[in-house]
This record gives sequence, C-alpha cells and structure tokens, in this order.
Amino acid sequence: MEYGFTTAAYVVAAVLFILSLGGLSGQESAKRAIWYGIVGMALAVLATLFGPGAGNWFLSLVMIAIGGAIGWVVAQRVQMTEMPQLVAAMHSLVGLAAVFVGFNAQIELARVLRAKAEGGVQVFNGFAAVLAHKTPAEIAMLKIEVFLGIFIGAVTFTGSVVAFGKLAGRVDGKPKKLPGGHMLNAGALALSVLLGILYCAGVGPAIFWLILITLLAFFIGYHLIMGIGGADMPVVVSMLNSYSGWAAAAIGFTLGNDLLIVVGALVGSSGAILSYIMCKAMNRNFVSVILGGFGGEAGPAAEITGEQIAIDAEGVAAALNDADSVIIVPGYGMAVAQAQGAVSELTRKLRAAGKTVRFAIHPVAGRLPGHMNVLLAEAKVPYDIVLEMDEINEDFPSTDVVIVIGSNDIVNPAAQDDPNSPIAGMPVLEVWKAKQVFVSKRGQGTGYSGIENPLFFKENTRMFYGDAKDSLNKLLPMID
Amino acid sequence: MKIGALKESFEGEARVAITPSSAGHLTKLGHQVFVESGAGARAGFSDDSYRAAGVTVVPTAAELIGSVDVVAKVRQPAEGEIRQMREGQTLISFFYPAQNAEMLALAKEQGITAIAMDMVPRISRAQKMDALSSMANIAGYRAVIEAANNFGRFFTGQVTAAGKVPPAKVLVVGAGVAGLAAIGTAVSLGAQVYAFDVRPEVAEQIESMGAEFVFLDFEEAQDGAATGGYAAPSSPEFREKQLAKFRELAPQMDVVITTALIPGRDAPKLWTRDMVEAMKPGSVIVDLAAERGGNCELTIPDERHVTENGVTIIGYTDFPSRMGAQASELYGNNVRHFVADLTPKKDGVIQHNMEDDVIRGATVTRNHDVTWPPPPPKIAAIAVQKPKEKPKALTVEERRAAEALAFKGETRRQVGLLVAGAVVLLLIGLVAPFSFLQHFIVFVLACFIGFRVIWNVAHSLHTPLMAITNAISSIIILGALMQIGSGSWWVVLLGALAVLMAGVNIFGGFLVTRRMLAMFQKS
Repeated sequence: MEYGFTTAAYVVAAVLFILSLGGLSGQESAKRAIWYGIVGMALAVLATLFGPGAGNWFLSLVMIAIGGAIGWVVAQRVQMTEMPQLVAAMHSLVGLAAVFVGFNAQIELARVLRAKAEGGVQVFNGFAAVLAHKTPAEIAMLKIEVFLGIFIGAVTFTGSVVAFGKLAGRVDGKPKKLPGGHMLNAGALALSVLLGILYCAGVGPAIFWLILITLLAFFIGYHLIMGIGGADMPVVVSMLNSYSGWAAAAIGFTLGNDLLIVVGALVGSSGAILSYIMCKAMNRNFVSVILGGFGGEAGPAAEITGEQIAIDAEGVAAALNDADSVIIVPGYGMAVAQAQGAVSELTRKLRAAGKTVRFAIHPVAGRLPGHMNVLLAEAKVPYDIVLEMDEINEDFPSTDVVIVIGSNDIVNPAAQDDPNSPIAGMPVLEVWKAKQVFVSKRGQGTGYSGIENPLFFKENTRMFYGDAKDSLNKLLPMID
Repeated sequence: MKIGALKESFEGEARVAITPSSAGHLTKLGHQVFVESGAGARAGFSDDSYRAAGVTVVPTAAELIGSVDVVAKVRQPAEGEIRQMREGQTLISFFYPAQNAEMLALAKEQGITAIAMDMVPRISRAQKMDALSSMANIAGYRAVIEAANNFGRFFTGQVTAAGKVPPAKVLVVGAGVAGLAAIGTAVSLGAQVYAFDVRPEVAEQIESMGAEFVFLDFEEAQDGAATGGYAAPSSPEFREKQLAKFRELAPQMDVVITTALIPGRDAPKLWTRDMVEAMKPGSVIVDLAAERGGNCELTIPDERHVTENGVTIIGYTDFPSRMGAQASELYGNNVRHFVADLTPKKDGVIQHNMEDDVIRGATVTRNHDVTWPPPPPKIAAIAVQKPKEKPKALTVEERRAAEALAFKGETRRQVGLLVAGAVVLLLIGLVAPFSFLQHFIVFVLACFIGFRVIWNVAHSLHTPLMAITNAISSIIILGALMQIGSGSWWVVLLGALAVLMAGVNIFGGFLVTRRMLAMFQKS
C-alpha cells in the first residue's frame, strides 16, 4: 500500500492520541477520551500492517491475538487496589519490547551492510529496504538511536520489575543499596556510554557490545529503583512511564517512524510532568527522589511528649452521630485493608443522616498518583465530594470530625512545625485543626517515611486501633 | 462507699449534685447512693425518680451527712454543713478556695477531704470533670435567652409583607466557654454576632462559631497558653485601645454579653457608663461576670434594671441554676466522672491518689492539711503556640515593583532557555543528517504538546492518565510490526515477542483504564 496513506493514518492517530490525553482534564470527558485512544491505536496498527515494510501478517496477527487475550484476562481480573503493581508491570513489557526492537534494528543493519559490502545486487524488502538507502552519516545517527532505545528500554524493564515487586510487597519496600551506592550506578552508566561509543564507531563485535550495554542497563534499572523507598513509588512509577515513552521515541528515530516519535514524546513528557507535579506536592527535590532516600537531616527531630489515647468503636460512633460535618482522609492503609467498600458504606449512612461528608485527598496519598480517587470511585463514592488538598485544607477548622484512615505522613504536623523533621516543608492536610480527629491505624508503628507523627499525640486526637476494614465494619451498625 | 447528695441550702439554687441517671453510673462503680429528700425537686427530679434509680432517700441533711462517706453538693458549703461533717469524710462541691479562706480553715480543722470542682485542672483528660466549663456553657446559652427575652425585637433579620426587620447585632466580650456558647446560641437565633477577646488565638474559634472577630490592631498580644488557657490582665495601653474600640461599637450594638473574667481577680470593667449611655434604647446588656463585680459599670449583681436611656442591664448570677434540670444533669456527670477517677478499680473503694494530677489539683484540704494551691500539673494544659508571623502587606507600588521584577526574571529565564536550546539544536544540525532533523522537528513539537496537555489533567485522574499513557506507549508495537516481516529468524523471533508483549499492554492498558473511568460517578 502507499506510503502516503500510512502517513495520513498516522496523522489522524497522532491527533487522536493527543485528544485522548487532553480529554483527561475532566471525569466526564475522560470517558470519551479513552475511546479516542483505542481508535487511535487500532488505526495505527492497521495502517502499519497495510503500510510499507510490514510482512508476516499471519504471525503478527496471531501474536497480537495471544497478547490481547492475556491482556484482557489480566485487566478483568485485577483488583483496583493492585492497580499500581499492574501499571508498573506493564511498563516493564514496553521496556523489554523496546530492547527487542532495538536489537532487531542492529541485526538488520548488520545484514544489510554485509550484503552491501559483498556488492551483490540484492532486493531488500521491509525494514531492510529502508536501511539500505541510508547514507553513512545517517547510519551513524541510527546507531546512536539504537543505543539510546536499548539503554532506556532496559533500564525501564528492570526498574519496572523492581517497582512491581515493591508495590506488590514481594520485595522489601525499604531503600537498599549495594556498597558503593550511586558510584556504582555512575560507573555502570559511564561504562555503557563507553561501550556505546565503541558500538557507534563500529569497533569490535557490535552485537556483543549491545548485549553488554543491555546487561549494564538492566543492572542500573534494578539498583536505581531498589535504592528508592516505598513511599516514593508514585514518583518512580510515573518516571518509569516517562522512560518507556522516551525509549519508544528513540526507536521511532531508528525506524524513521513519525508516529512512534510523536507518541513516545507525548508519553515521555507526560510522565516527566507528572513526576514533577508529584515531587512538588511532596516539596521534594526531583533529583533527590530519583537518587533515593531523604535529604540530609539538619538536626535531631523535635521530641514528642504526651500519650496516644485509644478509643473504641462506640466512642467514634457517638462522635460521628453528633457531628454535622465530617472529613475522611484516606491513605495507603485503606488500600491495604481493602476498606474502601466500608468507607463508602459509612459515607452513605452519614450522608443519609444529613451530615456533610467529604474526602480530603493528598496528592501523594497511596502508591500511585490519584490512587485514592480510583479506589473511592471503585467503591462508588461520588467524585464531587472527593476534594484535593488545596480545596479542603481551609475547611478543617470548621469541621467537627476528621477520620484518618491509614494515612500517616500526609497528616503529619511536624512538616509545618518542626524544621528538623525529614518531611519539613512538605504540604500536609491540616487535620489537627478540626474539633476532633480519629485515626484508624493498625498499631503504634510509624509511617512509610519512618518518622513519628505528633498528630497522634494531640489532645483532640484519638487512636482507633485495628485493621481499617474491621474497625469500620464494627462502626457501621452503630451509626444511625 | 456511700455517696450522698445534699439539698442545696443556698436560697433559690435549683441544682442538685446527683441526678437519677448519674446515680445509676455511680452504682455501677460499686457505690451506694443517697440523697436528701427533696434535693432534686427544683431541678425536676422527684424523690420517687431517685428511688426508681436505686437511690436511698434520706429525710434530713443531718441524717444524710451522718450516713455517707462522700458528700456531694453544688454550691460552696455553708459553715453549718462543714461543721456537721466528721473527720475523714469527703466533700465534693464548688469551693473557690482563693476567696473562701475561712471555709478552707474550717474544713482543715474538721479534718475532711474537700474536693473543689472549680479546681479541676484544665487538661484534656479532665475535661469530662470540668464543671466550670459545663456550667459556663449553660450560662452562655441562658444569657442569650435572657437577652432575647428582654429585647423587644427579633434576633433574626426578616423581610415580611409588613416591613423589613434588620437582624439584631450582638457583641460578645470574652470568648471563653461561656462566650463561645453565647456566640453559638445567638448565631443560631439569626443574629449578627461580633466577638472580642484579648487572646488572639481564639479568633479562629470565634470564627468557627460563626461570629466575626473584632480585631484590635495591637502589637503586644497575649498568649493564653501560658496561663492555662485563661486570660491574664492586660496593659493600660491595651486597655485604652480596647475601650476605644468598644466605644466605637456601642451605638451599633443591640445586645452586649460580657463574659470577661480573669482567674482570681475582680472582673475587669470593660463596658463603662458612657458606653451604656451611647447605646440605643431597648438594647440589652447581660453581664455574666456580675458575681465578681461585673464587666459593666452599671451592673447590679442579681438584679435586672433599666437605665435612664432605656437600656436593660441583667446582672443575674444564677444562670446555670435557672436551667436547673440541664445544669444538674451536666454537673452530676462531672461529679460522677470525678468519682470514677477516685475509684479506679470500679469496686466501690475510693483510693485518693494524691499523685494523680487531676485529683491532686482539685483536693484543697486533706488530713488536717490545706493542700491548696496545688503544685503545677505535670502535663502542660495547652501546647505553647509559636507566634504567627503576619504576612507583610505590600503597598501598591511595592507590589507592582515585585511583579515587574518577577516578570523580568521570568523573561530572562525563558529567553535564556530558548537561546541555549537554539544553540544546542544548531550544533546538532551541523553534524546530524537532514532526515534526522526532519524527525527531530516532530519530536520537539510533540514534547511541547505533551507538556501543555498534561498540565490540565485533573489530579484525581492521574492514575487513569498513567494507565492510558502506559497503553499508548505500547505504540512500540509499530516498530516490531515493521521489522517482523524482514530478515532472519532471529529478527522474526524477537519481533514476534515484542508484538506479543505490546499486545498484552494495549489490551490490558486500555481495558483497565476503561474500568477505572467507568467507576467515576457524580452524586
């Protein structure tokens, strides 16, 4: 089929993808946006199948069908609380695919060059034909692109696998580093660049260099993400998302495919922006998040005096029955305990009793950006009572009861009061300004960042110990 | 132990220290409960209702005192009552030890353990026994009701067929428990409420109750935390400024409720004669500080009188007693919570633990010893607040200058970035082949679109955004599709695997996103 037709189809697909991302600016338009994305993808795949350079239709279609079936099953089965893991796992697939495509480019390049050197007049078809027309300068550029595509793809792959492990709880969430720390990463990076130069200059066995680069990149991805604590995973996931986009863009340059470049750039920049937004929400330096661990502490954190006072379900129920306005602050603990259904039921009952119930969502609550919104939506909490930190923070002083469910650092007053706290300066939900605060929490342990929370010792705070779901279920029959 | 409530001997006092419901709780603690016959009559609790709650009704005060271990009452004890008590007995009541040295000496002489409900420290654990707060709450409410009763107009503003009614303007001076309760009541009656307090940190509480904080521009502000949450005397300059503000407000106010008290002192005179004279006829002043001399110069304690210019001044000192049933209920609960602290094992045995902050603080005499004033409690009542820095208000010129500066900086930054970017691009253009640059244009523009589009994405949709970009990033499948048809079996194998993985991603990614988005719903 004509090259022109394919390109035209690509233009349409690119526009659809842009609309698809842009449509996410509102809940209602988002439902339409997803269809733009699906149609755009279908169009892109079809145009490529019909376009120049494609072959082996049968194999392609079979593979898409098998992959599609697996994807379908996974997507149907996954629990909404497992969403972070799933997204991370899927990033790893894109990364690995990029690595494979990059290797293919090199294999083909080698074949074409060999054939050319032999001088035989050969008719190449498909991708090889594109390569055959390239000038030496273009081939040099191509090699750089292949190097970048494979390197970024490989980092994305292992990075995503580790992120998946951490989010799924199969790998310990604590930051871990091999001796040498960042020097090890820097060393591996320098070595890969060196190998990349060797590869581009055409010295020695090209494939061998690429394999070495891939292995080094695998190591970097693994070590980099292992060094980042579980609390920073939201940023990591969106950063990996960004990487997978850049890898696709690099491969797009290799193959001379504009759609790949456009979409890769879209995904890459969107992931980068998202990471930036989240770092800003945590008042953290992007670089220090990526390199792992909190910044150096200025001095000892302030001592906390007082005691944590526990309360039982009756006490909480009585306070809720008396309250007019209630704000619920969910956190990762709610996701872990799968308590969103119980929370939704509680909300329904309280609203039925004529009370104002709202949700306050911190930008980094949970393990993914927007994690809490998705869980609450799953439990059928209407989204117009789910508010962001900036929208609701001023309302806490006029609120009767705040229920904190499984969140810790995002409601830590130390961020404002204690300049020596590791999270000093991070914007937090000012729950302690409410008349009464109940904290549903499993035990007296600290949050993900491992620091004490003075909120739990405040005199208007009561600790409602126990698994969030069980606690709420105990509470539900007592609300009238 | 045996606990008994006396009938109040004070003229007109309607409250009682134990109600049938609090008696039930005391019984559960293992105590036997007694009341003097007729003790609850004026609060609406008959002897029969006490009997129904398992309380032994005793005909006379003497008999009651003779048969119990703990005597509970409301008002501070009269001399005769203390004299009747025997060594080792416990008395729970208001006591005001600072103003009541004689009774204190007498209690010491008698060897009784006197627990002053007014001396319960203000720590959070003791809130349930804080009788001053529970009585002040009632007084604040009742003050507004009395004011409304004496005010010949509506509190709420109305527009009716017969004409427009403006809302009453109420000024509450002193936003302690009583003041806040008064604010709440007046607001719910529909009045426009203003409130003043010397402690700036209560502004937040005042506003939370729906009143407007009367702001006094003065440097030296009090930190109430240093005095356990109570007000302290203010400097003469501050007082002048405060009075000037009141003078300014007086002609506009319909109702003034003063609740300003400083612990251990006479009530400060805040509403002077000229302010009363400046008020409109028909206005009402309720002075909750009347018992301690009154905040208003013209207040006559225990009396309601009308001034020459028609302003009603109410100086009642028995507001809680005027709501005897409610006041008894709350006071009874305060008392039974205190008794609960005295009987930690709930076995009816009183353990007077002088190590306990609350019990130590409230005990004024014990074992022929005056134990008042108590040592400072181990836990500070209220955390010390850091002085808040006020954002400096900028003048128009300053703001404009700052904006211009920011604009310049922004421009400089942008131009710098653009120049640097352009230089980099030109350098690339020198070495890179033409075909690469063609693609590069597309790449840069796509990055820009990506940046623009993502800024607008709603925060709550960040997870779907991630899922959808993840699905879209499987566009890498195009690369695999282009390669799968060319070359060796290696290429075909790797290409096929890449197609497979991208396929998983496309379907998985889009489906999951759709599932997520479908769940968002409006209420």
